[in-house]
Amino acid sequence: MSKFKKKGEGGTPAISTASLPDIVFMLLFFFMVVTVMRDNSLKVQNILPFADQVEKLDKKNLIMYIYAGKPSPRYQETFGTEARIQLNDKYASINDVQQFIKEERQSKREELRDKLTTALKVDKETNMGLVSDIKQELRKAEALKINYTTKQGEAGLNLE
Amino acid sequence: MAKRAAPEVNAGSMADIAFLLLIFFLVTTTIETDSGITRKLPPIDDEQEDPPILKERNIFVVLVNANGDLFVEDEIMEFKNLREATIDFLDNGGGLGEEACDYCQGPRLTSSSDNPVKAVVSLQNDRKTQYGRYIAVQNELVAAYNVLRDREANRLYNIDFTEMENAYNDPEFQGDKDKLKERIGIIKKLFPQKLSEAEPKR
Repeated sequence: MSKFKKKGEGGTPAISTASLPDIVFMLLFFFMVVTVMRDNSLKVQNILPFADQVEKLDKKNLIMYIYAGKPSPRYQETFGTEARIQLNDKYASINDVQQFIKEERQSKREELRDKLTTALKVDKETNMGLVSDIKQELRKAEALKINYTTKQGEAGLNLE
Repeated sequence: MAKRAAPEVNAGSMADIAFLLLIFFLVTTTIETDSGITRKLPPIDDEQEDPPILKERNIFVVLVNANGDLFVEDEIMEFKNLREATIDFLDNGGGLGEEACDYCQGPRLTSSSDNPVKAVVSLQNDRKTQYGRYIAVQNELVAAYNVLRDREANRLYNIDFTEMENAYNDPEFQGDKDKLKERIGIIKKLFPQKLSEAEPKR
């Protein structure tokens, strides 16, 4: 009576994975929509401080980014732990800031040049001395609109 | 003619392909944080003009020193009291005659500011102050201005000032933009943000 032989004694049926691609595609689209391509790799530590009185910056092409902070752990052997400025993809000194602003301005259309904003992405453990130096250079370069980029959150979190 | 059934495409590896793409996007992209405290730097004046003379009582000195301690008008203050103290200073309205402030709700002390239009908050720091602390303090100062502006906007137009600004910056806003701009201008005139960031002395 092999016809009625029981197959696999009461094993659990296999779970259908047919919808797995759909789920993964959903995740994929979510990430494609909410994220943007990284345009320069960070060479400095960049833990931004918190603030809650923030304004949103739109028009991404009108923002110049200046990063500052300690070199990331893998660069600390060669560059030490003193806070540094990063412009585009490399470390820069304070004297390069004006040149950087000029170049960024040149690359934009003329009517947009005075709408440029400088976003300062500074690590929260940096000393204000460096930030003041950057601000001074920006004043010299007449890039007066700045934005201290922060994470959304209670300001008291910075004090811990 | 015998119908030939189209062979079924094996979709078993679809999940693998999707995962591969997903991981690629996870690695190469970031969730940008593009919001922050916007400020305007003062331009450098070549001709050294005499700075306008300000009365001592109209200046609110906030100092964050190298240890992160907060000094307000030369007295040490807890961080959590800063917002309240700034509001009290700005909203004091102690001026008389031409300098009187008819919308202020403060106690009108003679030791504090005359008028929000005249009041200046001076934020000072040392070179060794931590950036995080500096931002925290600056955030509280901006918050004080926003609280007062919200109050006035609510009194005049029944809407929060921050809400008005968000609507103005929203490109999909449907209403009357010129009117909104005018209203924002009026509120800004009542409580102008005179927040000066001095260069560190030490």
